[in-house]
Amino acid sequence: MAEQGLFPGPETFERAGGALPARRHFRFDPWTIGPIALAALIALPVLAVLAQLFIPAGEVWSHLAETVLGRYVLNSLLLGAGVGSGTAFLGVTAAWLVTFYRFPGSRIWEWALLLPLTMPAYVIAYTYTGLLDYAGPVQTGLRDLFGWTREDYWLPPIRSMPGAVTMLVLVLYPYVYMLARAAFLSQSVCAIEASRTLGYGPWRTFARVTLPLARPGIIAGVSLALMETLNDFGTVSYFAVDTFTTGIYRAWFGMGEPVAAAQLGATLLIFVAALLLIERRSRGAARYHHTTGRYRSLPTRRLSGIAGLIAAAACLLPVTLGFLLPVALLAKWAVETWENVLDARFFMFAGNSFVLAAISAAVSVAVALVLAYAQRRRPDPLVSGAVRLGSMGYAIPGAVIAVGILLAFGAFDNAIDAWTRASFGFGTGLIVTGSIAGLVFAYVVRFLAIPVNAAEAGFARVTQSMDGAARTLGERPGGVLRRVHAPLLAGSALTAGLLVFVDVMKELPATLILRPFNFDTLAIRAYQMASDERLRDAAAPGLLIVLVGIVPVILLSRAIARSRPGQFGQ
Amino acid sequence: MSPAAMTAPALEFRGVGHAYDGVPALTGIDLTVAPGEVLSLVGPSGCGKSTLLRLAAGLEPLSVGSIRIDGRLVSGGKVQVAPEDRRLGFVFQDIALFPHLTVAENVAFGLRRRAGPERRTTALAALDQLGLARFAEAYPHTLSGGQQQRVALARALAPDPKLMLLDEPFSGLDARLRDRLRDETLDLLKARGCAAVIVTHDPEEAMRMGDRLAVMSEGRIVQCGTPSELYRRPASAFVASFLGEVERFEGTVEGGEVATPLGSVPAPGLPHGSAAVVLIRPEGVVVEDAIVNGSARARVLDARLLGRTSLIRMAVDGIAAPLHSRMPGDLLPEPGALVSVRLDCRRAHVFALAEPELSDGAAAPRRSPELGRS
Repeated sequence: MAEQGLFPGPETFERAGGALPARRHFRFDPWTIGPIALAALIALPVLAVLAQLFIPAGEVWSHLAETVLGRYVLNSLLLGAGVGSGTAFLGVTAAWLVTFYRFPGSRIWEWALLLPLTMPAYVIAYTYTGLLDYAGPVQTGLRDLFGWTREDYWLPPIRSMPGAVTMLVLVLYPYVYMLARAAFLSQSVCAIEASRTLGYGPWRTFARVTLPLARPGIIAGVSLALMETLNDFGTVSYFAVDTFTTGIYRAWFGMGEPVAAAQLGATLLIFVAALLLIERRSRGAARYHHTTGRYRSLPTRRLSGIAGLIAAAACLLPVTLGFLLPVALLAKWAVETWENVLDARFFMFAGNSFVLAAISAAVSVAVALVLAYAQRRRPDPLVSGAVRLGSMGYAIPGAVIAVGILLAFGAFDNAIDAWTRASFGFGTGLIVTGSIAGLVFAYVVRFLAIPVNAAEAGFARVTQSMDGAARTLGERPGGVLRRVHAPLLAGSALTAGLLVFVDVMKELPATLILRPFNFDTLAIRAYQMASDERLRDAAAPGLLIVLVGIVPVILLSRAIARSRPGQFGQ
Repeated sequence: MSPAAMTAPALEFRGVGHAYDGVPALTGIDLTVAPGEVLSLVGPSGCGKSTLLRLAAGLEPLSVGSIRIDGRLVSGGKVQVAPEDRRLGFVFQDIALFPHLTVAENVAFGLRRRAGPERRTTALAALDQLGLARFAEAYPHTLSGGQQQRVALARALAPDPKLMLLDEPFSGLDARLRDRLRDETLDLLKARGCAAVIVTHDPEEAMRMGDRLAVMSEGRIVQCGTPSELYRRPASAFVASFLGEVERFEGTVEGGEVATPLGSVPAPGLPHGSAAVVLIRPEGVVVEDAIVNGSARARVLDARLLGRTSLIRMAVDGIAAPLHSRMPGDLLPEPGALVSVRLDCRRAHVFALAEPELSDGAAAPRRSPELGRS
């Protein structure tokens, strides 16, 4: 066999001189089929929701359309407008200050401004309600101080649309801050200096060069904040601001109308699709701006005296309102209530949360590594399309994913149960939708983008030449995976897993819809306590969620500090 | 080792062809590298030279033809030996050091078949040879570009391969460093008797490093030979203009000669009345201070001393572009001066002006009979 065709005769040579047989790249092998199958599975819940659009609308739907749909749309638009402008203002201002100026505490604000990210919106909503409502310390204090009664004063009610906007802005501005700061940092100082030498002052340079260059990053950050706004359930339901997520929940549980719930979900997806489109385009443009070569550390100006204090105050305000104050209150209430709250059941909830979060983190990281590795092995548009589809869930509200899973697997579960009952005389129960498998699946769908991005970035650092170098140095493919890929990917995989872990701990709407009977988590516990108007008892589970969330924020801030191009990060 | 194996070429391509998604990248490549020989593979970017190197290393599956290393078939027919079983060293253009390993660990990466302590001493010895011993415990990203490239070289050399493949190894370095590293690399390869193929797009580097050169264009080898053969007797206008600066004149063959504004040049073998192109290196454009009868006249635009030679720019009637001459020594006529110019016909190359001209390697040259020879 080896000797066959060794010395090519004239005919082989002719063939070589003419058209060459094209190598087929379209292969049906595991590395192509695998990612496509995985992506299809992950897209299934969303497809199940969208499929409901083709079911003739029932009476309930027309009833919904006449009564509440208009309100949902209006409320969502108002929320979006408020949160969008609020996060853009806070986020860009903070990013601009800490990137271009030095002032008291500026090194600390760099990462402290990220802290509100650890605060789930519903927890901050419960905290401020506890602080500001009639029985809370603020109003009680005012009454004691001035001897007022209920009729003597008026405060804007926190449980309102403006209140919801404020809560969401306080916890979501870090998305804009993060991406705006990354965009400022990645700018070539040459562009800024060129503008200065061309006769523009610092202010006009900021307006004409710095801000436009950072615009894609800012828009991407605002889109992320808006996606989280559409996803929010805890805050709006507690503040009685009716949006799609509360409507979906009510249609499913209150009215028992899965089709109506799904159709609301599908309508919500139109908003999501618009945001996704905007975000994708901005991200693409942001990448486009990063091409030029030379980077030096950006010039920072020192602000002293009054200006420095104002800058410090501008950073202190969001950190205080979005993190320090609510955490202090949570801590105070947790201390006051620990005797009632810290019982065996509390530790069971915490255990449930940790187990769910750990399993979901492990599964999503594993799936992401498979997808990213497949993409590397087969640089095929079909495969990368599948990977993109599979990591779309970060934009899809948890309530929609949950409803989709119930729709897609409900029939499947019932069929399996009926079949085993008939064949073996016992039922399996609902193996997906009735167990934590459904929950884990929902979390993987929702948060897969985090480890996929991390794995892609990790694999991008392992150049094809490194593979080639390892192979020519005598290492087998398995050994290359073990000696080169694994150590280089371990860090980013771990970080991504941690981020998923924390997001799962915080997740509320999907958990609420999908959790098995009598299976509660910390998030659910906080929600139930708040619903029962036991806000102080909600503090302990809320505080625990926040504390766990601090770890990845530290990691994240370190990653941003290293993100300047030209620096070697590992 | 059998006598046959001892004389077997270090690397041999036969009828090698390759295509990416149906687009041919390499066609009919026949090439041999003798044991201990350094071959430069040179051509404009996109001519397929890197692909040829990756095929030899097994990093790319071969579609047509066969490749043998040290007489052993490694690619061809149904045989496709994995890169790790080819026992060759490869130096990548982007260096490709492993960022999570120290310099010493990088160099020891390919030594896993050796015993533990020997692995380290071998790695350190390889580093020492390149003057890198004190960086053994450093991580690659703390090193400069030149040091990183040396580590990559040490890493490829440490397992003591009989064949080294270097893909534009010096392209990322500045000129002075590049010169030094070229010499060091060449010395190391020669001292170890290691055969090597060096891919480059820089003709000067190719001539400086290669015992022989293979010039590629559009996926074919257009000429292969020693640097002086190629420089003095280029097989085509493409090779002539790729390997150095040329002045070019076009004309018609009449009576076995092509007339140029600077005199006639013999055109052996070209039919009467056919269009021809004359290429001549600037050192073949002879400038004389005195006005010589019968010689063409030129007006000097400027003249500069460039070390051992001087470069003279002139305007000549009948030629649109300025004419360049490179003369040894200190001939530096004043701008505006009238001088005599003639062509040194021994240094002129005449080719048929057949197809659309390929001054920048745009079109495929015709294959001359000796091309397959190696």
